[in-house]
Amino acid sequence: MDNLQAIMPMLIVTLAAMATMLAEAFRRKDERMPIGGLGVIGLVGAIAAAGLLWDRNAVGFGVIQADNFSLFVTVVVAVIGLFTIMFSSEVVEREGIPSGEYYTLTLFSVVGMMMMASATDLLVIFIALEIMSIAVYVLTGIKRTDAAGTEASFKYFLLGSFSSAFFLYGIAFSYAVSGSTRLDALSTAIAQSASAPGPMVWLAMGLLLVGFAFKVSAVPFHMWTPDAYEGAPTVVTGFMSTGVKAAAVAAFLRVFLSAFEPLRGDWTQLLTWIAMLTMVVGTVVGVAQTNVKRMLAYSSIAHAGYLLAGIIAASAIGKSAVLFYLASYAVANVGAFGVIAFIATRERNTGELTDFTGLWYAKPMLAVLMAVFLLSLGGFPPMAGFIAKWYIFAAAVNEGFYTLAIVGVLTSVVSVFFYLRIVVMMFMSSNKAELEVPPFGIVGTLGLALAAIATFYLGILPTRLIDLATQSISTIF
Amino acid sequence: MDLSLFYLFGALTVAASFFVIAQRNPMHSVILLIASFIGLAGLYVLLDAPFTAVTQIIVYAGAIMVLFLFVVMLLNAPREDPPVVDPRRPLLSAGPRRIGGVLSLVFLAEIVWAFSRVPTTAMNDAPGIGDRVSSVAAIGLEIFTTHTFAFEATSVLILVAMVGAVVLARKNL
Repeated sequence: MDNLQAIMPMLIVTLAAMATMLAEAFRRKDERMPIGGLGVIGLVGAIAAAGLLWDRNAVGFGVIQADNFSLFVTVVVAVIGLFTIMFSSEVVEREGIPSGEYYTLTLFSVVGMMMMASATDLLVIFIALEIMSIAVYVLTGIKRTDAAGTEASFKYFLLGSFSSAFFLYGIAFSYAVSGSTRLDALSTAIAQSASAPGPMVWLAMGLLLVGFAFKVSAVPFHMWTPDAYEGAPTVVTGFMSTGVKAAAVAAFLRVFLSAFEPLRGDWTQLLTWIAMLTMVVGTVVGVAQTNVKRMLAYSSIAHAGYLLAGIIAASAIGKSAVLFYLASYAVANVGAFGVIAFIATRERNTGELTDFTGLWYAKPMLAVLMAVFLLSLGGFPPMAGFIAKWYIFAAAVNEGFYTLAIVGVLTSVVSVFFYLRIVVMMFMSSNKAELEVPPFGIVGTLGLALAAIATFYLGILPTRLIDLATQSISTIF
Repeated sequence: MDLSLFYLFGALTVAASFFVIAQRNPMHSVILLIASFIGLAGLYVLLDAPFTAVTQIIVYAGAIMVLFLFVVMLLNAPREDPPVVDPRRPLLSAGPRRIGGVLSLVFLAEIVWAFSRVPTTAMNDAPGIGDRVSSVAAIGLEIFTTHTFAFEATSVLILVAMVGAVVLARKNL
């Protein structure tokens, strides 16, 4: 019974995904069915299950650890899934996306993310990574008539399988080191030889690092990000830029701070360079973009750099800062992509910067919401992004990573430029006649409103979530 | 005897894999891939893992490669075009592409260095090497005790892959 308890959140979402699949199969040809609703039920159920499991530290099958850390990430991922489903309801119909398959794959991807965050066995982490990734590859190309989407999907798939190969090779070397794929066994084996780690250990660590860096889109493994984010349907981009990143960061944190903890001094040096490069490249290249989806793709690369900075400065504050950052980045980013999806029409759906010209005059509410999300991503005070960034940089300074903190602050100042550029476009160009925004329904509006409220709530009253994050991280590392 | 067999199968695997990517004709690539899989199966036998070797032959060299061949034949895939230089994508032109080649050579050098640093005795008593991998019963026991969850999770993975394949391949859009 204990086993099943620990996997309950992902089990519930798996069942919801299967129910969605069956609902689509039994749907008559023209029958309308609120298929997304099944997903909502499953995700809410998963959140409830995670709440019940809090502080219980259940272990399932020896490889799934339902500690507070994984439950925190589980809830974040489930919330991302909920927002995605809410934003999708109209978009799916407008773009002619097969709805049953769309929701099924989204839910299965969420299952993979939850599993990835809670697995303590490299083999299971790999399977979870593949469940998540394969579903996302297909979601990227789910609009088969769209050439850009198909191209993006194919690129993402090829590069993704390449990175999976690196990750697997890393697992093979870890097995050679410890004779097991369990993280605790690996940790013991590495701790024994920590003074003079053999070449196998370095290879294992390096290859696993490449695999994770690819999934969180850290430079120099970020090449796929702009293309995949631009080509995918906008709601899917919102989903994968937040969910995939959250799950990958969670697994990254667990593997490197538990199994490779004895070698921390060594990998932080390497990771510091990667993090700084990631922040700089994401910001500098992002400034030059004219497509909002591409711009946000580079912004999400830069955010990966900030998250890595939190992992490097892994004091108690740093680790809870990473979790808080994940949550606040998720609500703002998923909301921003939601707005982009809402102002698109069937013909005009590439998210060009010019599409936002004078949005304030056409749809004031949407413009205000978009501004809230963008300013939060840029790190402006009343919004969640400010607290999150401040927390990460404070942790970096406390641990003595001054260069890292300085690069981080400078790049976030520069990044404000491209977030503000969209805001200026929306409010200050009075190009009223051009823009026509399709009507959108109550569910999507509710979703956007909730995302905005969450952004403000986390920015103004962050203590509650920070406490939860601190609690959840303290149980494991 | 064992050592010469190892070199034989190893050379077969490496050479065949190299020519898989060096061919312009997809049909030849597929046939060479079968040769590479057979070499791998030989290596598994030498490692006292007959079950893995047989699975490798039946599943990969047999079933999966037949599928590959059918796909290649059905698509009637022509010879691959020689690389074109696209001025809009400077990273794909010949010069920068060599960086990829150089990087893979560096990686090869790293691996060779790592293995040359590991003493052979350590290889022999490395954890995980023992007779428990050899018997089918032991493998079954491992799968359904230690790796139950991974085994069950794989079924979800396969389900996702099936749904994905159907979505991407079905006729009516």
